[in-house]
Amino acid sequence: MKINSFNTALEYCKEQNLRLFEIFQQEESLLKESSVSEIRNAMSQNLDIMNQTIQNGLKNTSKSITGLSGDDSIKVFEYHEDFMPFGTDFKKIIAYALAVMEENLSMGKIVACPTAGSCGIVPAAIFTYSEKFNIFKEKQIDALITAGGVGKIIAKKIALSGAVAGCQAECGVASAMAAAAIVEMANGSNEQIIEAVALALKNIMGLVCDPIAGMVEIPCMKRNAFLAVHAFVAAQMVMCGIKSAVPADEVVDAMKQVGILMSPLLKECSQAGLATTNTGLEVQAKLNS
Amino acid sequence: MENISLFDIIGPVMIGPSSSHTAGAVRLGLLARSIYGAQPTKVHIVLYNSFSKTQKGHGTDKGLIGGILGFNVDNANIKNSLEIAEEKNISIEIFSYEDSSRHPNSVDIIFDDLIEVRGDSTGAGEVRIIQINDFKVSIIGNLPCLVMVYKDKPGMINAVSKLIQDEKINIATFECTRTGKGEDASMVIALDAKLPDTLVKEIELIPDVYFVRSLEGLKK
Repeated sequence: MKINSFNTALEYCKEQNLRLFEIFQQEESLLKESSVSEIRNAMSQNLDIMNQTIQNGLKNTSKSITGLSGDDSIKVFEYHEDFMPFGTDFKKIIAYALAVMEENLSMGKIVACPTAGSCGIVPAAIFTYSEKFNIFKEKQIDALITAGGVGKIIAKKIALSGAVAGCQAECGVASAMAAAAIVEMANGSNEQIIEAVALALKNIMGLVCDPIAGMVEIPCMKRNAFLAVHAFVAAQMVMCGIKSAVPADEVVDAMKQVGILMSPLLKECSQAGLATTNTGLEVQAKLNS
Repeated sequence: MENISLFDIIGPVMIGPSSSHTAGAVRLGLLARSIYGAQPTKVHIVLYNSFSKTQKGHGTDKGLIGGILGFNVDNANIKNSLEIAEEKNISIEIFSYEDSSRHPNSVDIIFDDLIEVRGDSTGAGEVRIIQINDFKVSIIGNLPCLVMVYKDKPGMINAVSKLIQDEKINIATFECTRTGKGEDASMVIALDAKLPDTLVKEIELIPDVYFVRSLEGLKK
């Protein structure tokens, strides 16, 4: 059993009348030579750590080494005035993503998802959705395995590293994974899960990795919040029956090409973009002084 | 990349902030330490390209030293690894270079002026050891592994693989290379289980074997 593309994944599912998470956990079971329930238990532990990281991040209000972030998640979480049309859950998505990233930056414990610089997106999506619709643990595990399987298919073609393919391969992929997880929890079809991946990836094509002073901070932290919301946009569209004009596998190929064409100056080395703005250089100089 | 696990994507559980620059650094440190085979008293580190620019922000130095001290990626002590190394009287020097022929996240670690291990952090916390002293190797650390350096001569591969077969351990991948006919050669064998110490001793006793290490697979 080799699932090297979204197309083969969908074919397997059709042949065997299974959902995507089922074939992903089967594949993992073969790879690890362990039972499906052992794999699900390990995923369940990862979910627990993600949840703990959110709680830790909301509590932790210490400022980052640059002094530019550290206490944003609680600002959003505890802001009660409703001036937006979306309600509390919208703020939760943002607060949870920020909380995880704050914890990450202060050398706290996180689950890379798929990377540390993008570790707030999937937890924000899964926990906001679960709390709203009382999604039970087993279903959360299905969603996390779906997200993991999606990331894995992309990782077979593209190294999930800002240094190799830019932020599209980190936060971009995380957003596609989160979109897949949401559609799984919403009981969308396998096809809808993959459509959501295609939609999310198309919209982050070319996203560069230009962190100020080389830190996973600016723009990474707030980008996690943006791309967590972005995942819900993709999920919303596919649940309403919208399809991607370009199939997911072709989108991944395009992303790979864009990654290759992207200037090395925009791949995590802080030599262009936000990193070399006046502010970016000032922050860096302050850090080095 | 083949054989990626779901837990490479949803994981590792790690100390932040960067999977390539913190967790990857820890894992490179861990692999390099087990290749050296002992706690060093002097470590000379050369960081290349991105790796050289993100020490302060991503704790690449703390990660590498943490790994060299034997900490896993989720060990909270990583934050204080520089201080812990100092307490243990390990002297550490760190240099930075630009070299476009090297991977963006690349490092050389030299232990006590004896063994040089080169490696790359290839993304999402995954790593690859690419060179040990003069030998090109490819060790990703996902499986237990036997690394050896020996004199190139007929029968060496057979002798080693027979010992492994007698233990009923399956060989996953096998790679060998040499500097020239009858000169130094190296073998890297990834295995489905770690070799027992007794077997490693037997391999050490094969004539013209200079260096043998049995590495554990890195924890996910």
